[in-house]
Amino acid sequence: MTEIKFTLNGKKQILNTDPNRRLLDVIREDFQLTGPKEGCGEGECGACAVLLNGQIVNSCSVPLANVDGQDIVTIEGFSSTKQYHVIKEAFAKAGGVQCGFCTPGMIIATQSLLSENPHPDDYEIKIGLSGNLCRCTGYNLIIKAVKTASKDGDGLW
Amino acid sequence: MKSYIAKNLVNALEVLNKDECEIVAGGTDMLIQNRSHTGMSIGYKTNVLYISLIKELDYIKEDSHYIYIGATTKLESILKNKITPIILKKIIHEMASPAIRHTATLIGNIANASPAGDSIVGLYALNAKVRCQCINGERIVPLHKFIRGVRIIDLKFNEMITEVIIPKNDFSSIAFKKVAPRKSDAISKMSFVGLLKIEDDLLLDLRIALGAVYITVVRNKDIESKYIGKNIKELKENIDNILKDYEPLIKPIDDQRSNKEYRKKVALNLIKDFLLNV
Repeated sequence: MTEIKFTLNGKKQILNTDPNRRLLDVIREDFQLTGPKEGCGEGECGACAVLLNGQIVNSCSVPLANVDGQDIVTIEGFSSTKQYHVIKEAFAKAGGVQCGFCTPGMIIATQSLLSENPHPDDYEIKIGLSGNLCRCTGYNLIIKAVKTASKDGDGLW
Repeated sequence: MKSYIAKNLVNALEVLNKDECEIVAGGTDMLIQNRSHTGMSIGYKTNVLYISLIKELDYIKEDSHYIYIGATTKLESILKNKITPIILKKIIHEMASPAIRHTATLIGNIANASPAGDSIVGLYALNAKVRCQCINGERIVPLHKFIRGVRIIDLKFNEMITEVIIPKNDFSSIAFKKVAPRKSDAISKMSFVGLLKIEDDLLLDLRIALGAVYITVVRNKDIESKYIGKNIKELKENIDNILKDYEPLIKPIDDQRSNKEYRKKVALNLIKDFLLNV
């Protein structure tokens, strides 16, 4: 057991737990935040994506030890921001959501991309979303949603 | 089994001096290799030393001859840094995805020593070296001597790799080709790096490195030196001889990603393509 301190969705947390646990399990089981989901469990599908210090990471591939002292935001925490509402509206408008399993990860990937590059072109969007798999939409509508968010939220990022 | 979280280098080296540990940086490979059931802790079979939070090893710096990349520097930072060699940027750009690149490290890719490790192919071609430190001192080892086989590296129990050192060089032509089922988020079936320098129609430097076609990256300086000093016409006339030279060195395996015949054919075709386009 090790004391691990981190900020989760703006709140400071102290856990006395096994540092070899995966961040995804801690988020889902200790905090009942089920937005990040386990898809592949090996960092390929992006369904478990969260923001670590503002950047997208796969929480299934992050040992808890590596978040000591760091800032974590899940889709639940991100949903209280203005940026989230712009991205959410854009996904709804563009039809970028079908079954919804990949959507929290897609929104986290969009935020990570736009925070670094507020006006990405198609190629940059594809790179930004390249670690997030969607088996429903065929991606074109998601790419359109990111472009819409970038336009509608101009100035937010 | 113990787990240690080091926050500085001295702390990490002290731990390694008293306890044998597997070293984990980003953990993206280690976690999968020791994967457990959902909800269970990562199933390491040894003590573990986490080094990802050592800030003093998170850097990319340069002097007039070398570029130095620290052990905890993430792939995405290396990709975006202006002093990173272009060939290395091309390679990292095709490694995994932004989410993995935000946590995975270049030195983790070296330490993992997979024959399909993409960055290693480029680092072999760039004549990279690694700095290994222990509590009593350090040594610098050329990468091709440091990697001994599939997941086998020349690291003593009390040492850690703290830095990769890349000699600076200008090339007239560079090429990287990753052969994989998709453009991102894929493990190579095979990979190719070609670097060469031409001045006044003369070949001054030639480097060819091949990944995933042998137990380690294939690079052969004897073959390269046979053709250095030739002019471009002579180089192109010798393409068949060059392919004959490389042919016996390419000994890939069959696995779930590809088969050996395909890998060998593609490797030779990529060498040919690189030289034809000089």
